[in-house]
Amino acid sequence: MSKAMEPDLQSPFSGSSGDTVGKEWRHPSDHWLRGFVLDNRASLGTLGVFIVMMAVFMIANPTVFTTWYLYSSVLTTLPVALFVVVPLVFVVTCGEIDLSFPATMGFASWVFALVVQAGYDPFLGIAAAVITGMLLGFLVGSLVVYGGLSSLIATLGMNFLLRGLIQIINEGKSMALTGLANSPAYKIFSSQILGIPVQIFWAIAFVVLSAMLYNRHRFGAQVKVVGDNPDSAQQMGIDVKRVRVKVFVFVGIGAAIAGTFSVMINFTWWPTAGDGYLLPVLASVFVGGTPTWGGIGTVVGGAIGAVTVSFIQTGVVAAGLSGFYVQFFNGLIIILSLLGHKWNQARYR
Amino acid sequence: MAERIIELRDIKKSYGQVYALGGVNLSVDRGEVVGLIGDNGAGKSTLIKILSGVVRPTSGDILVRGKPVTGWSAARSRDAGIETVFQDRALAVQQTIVRNIFMGRELTGFMGFLKVEKEIQEASRLMREIGFTSKVFTPHSIVGQLSGGERQGVAIARAIYKQAELIILDEPTTALSLTETAKVFHFVRQVRASGRSILFIGHNIHHVFDIADRFVVLDRGKVALTTDRSEVKSAEDLINFMEDVAHPGGLPGLHDGGETEQRAR
Repeated sequence: MSKAMEPDLQSPFSGSSGDTVGKEWRHPSDHWLRGFVLDNRASLGTLGVFIVMMAVFMIANPTVFTTWYLYSSVLTTLPVALFVVVPLVFVVTCGEIDLSFPATMGFASWVFALVVQAGYDPFLGIAAAVITGMLLGFLVGSLVVYGGLSSLIATLGMNFLLRGLIQIINEGKSMALTGLANSPAYKIFSSQILGIPVQIFWAIAFVVLSAMLYNRHRFGAQVKVVGDNPDSAQQMGIDVKRVRVKVFVFVGIGAAIAGTFSVMINFTWWPTAGDGYLLPVLASVFVGGTPTWGGIGTVVGGAIGAVTVSFIQTGVVAAGLSGFYVQFFNGLIIILSLLGHKWNQARYR
Repeated sequence: MAERIIELRDIKKSYGQVYALGGVNLSVDRGEVVGLIGDNGAGKSTLIKILSGVVRPTSGDILVRGKPVTGWSAARSRDAGIETVFQDRALAVQQTIVRNIFMGRELTGFMGFLKVEKEIQEASRLMREIGFTSKVFTPHSIVGQLSGGERQGVAIARAIYKQAELIILDEPTTALSLTETAKVFHFVRQVRASGRSILFIGHNIHHVFDIADRFVVLDRGKVALTTDRSEVKSAEDLINFMEDVAHPGGLPGLHDGGETEQRAR
């Protein structure tokens, strides 16, 4: 699915005869499996990290890892992270960063909570939240792109600014949405099917759709080119600024969905909603194999990165270690993944 | 008379107080190769950027096939059939050859999704057409893995994809080997034979002299000379002329001087 990460040229193309070159130009590798591995080395590397990590946890305490509850709890919270990790892969590929998504999550889910509390249908609330997310994404993106600001600092500022607004208006008070449990929207987006939290299906659909957008759509192609060489993209007639604003809007949409899901899980909106996601989500993007310098990345890898990061905390505790080990393992996984990716993918200039 | 592909009239471009171009007139007709030469800082790069729409002129008119255009931009320039191979080749080096060839005009079908197979076919065809084929690289190869000449090939393949009317080659032979330079020359002749035009920009006057039908010498933001090939005897004539323009008093002992100035018009 994830295409063209790294065709290998160390082993020259081995076509059987010269005159069929055109036909066999499809792929640098003579075997589909080899081609698949080469095309997806970043995400496969991330998968490797995840499998090794889980194996270590399971060996440490086999019994806990056979209980479904452990996975069920991860599958409830993981989707929230996935909805922001994936758009962030686009942002980082585009050569930017967005640190304002936690506040966007809080802000959009606040709009959702307000609409639901006012007695409207939760579907309407979701629509309002997504529109809010888009507008905030557009605001943040425009500030960075048209204001010519550093996205690192400007989005950090916007994160504080928006969160501050939420705090000022709500004065720290949360909102309980008990009526949500009986709504059809809750059944569709937040119930369980055969004991599996239904959010994960929506999250998987989002990841698949985004991966197609990234690898097989004009949007993804232009995001990569802009992140790779913005001058060149401009010379070739791509509206570089527009593409950049679009990725921030995409994060806004993802953050709005993520925030809404987290409210539906808890039946409560807190003014701090989304705050805890900043660092784990950022870590997931880079653990997933998207490099910091822009131009390339992997959506599927980012998703696997999010799974990895989600399992660290659960895994460490379940393996019988005290909670004090969580941060240490977080750091260890991040550093090991980065070293692995550095070895796994070369950088071209 | 051949159709006029593009005409620039009294183009001026200033960056703050500094004039990069001070009223340039330039035109390219169908099927001709125009050689644009000039020293560093003569304004060649600015002129190319204006032609390709990356930079807007401060004042002056741009006429495409005789009609004045407004709202000139990079996309407009490409629509008008002008393709530019920039000196730095404007490639995204972490992307595949296919993605570079279709940069900014991806072949899309349903809801903006890419027609991947079609793009690969077209890319293969283009690469074969200009003779930049190899068993070592494929349309999926990352441009960063290619040599300088191969990268030039990708840039040229991108330029000819849309049957461009005018192809601007900015220093296309710089940093290329002899065989690669020969390939570029072969390509230029091929394009001319097919009735399209080329604006060939070069430092190396011998290269430009070998290939162009008409020469335009740019000096400090102005056109110092426009002359047909038939009026110039040798590349040395052009070099002498450029030295005269650059140093009106003449540099002692560098050349005999004078002779070519009469041809200036």
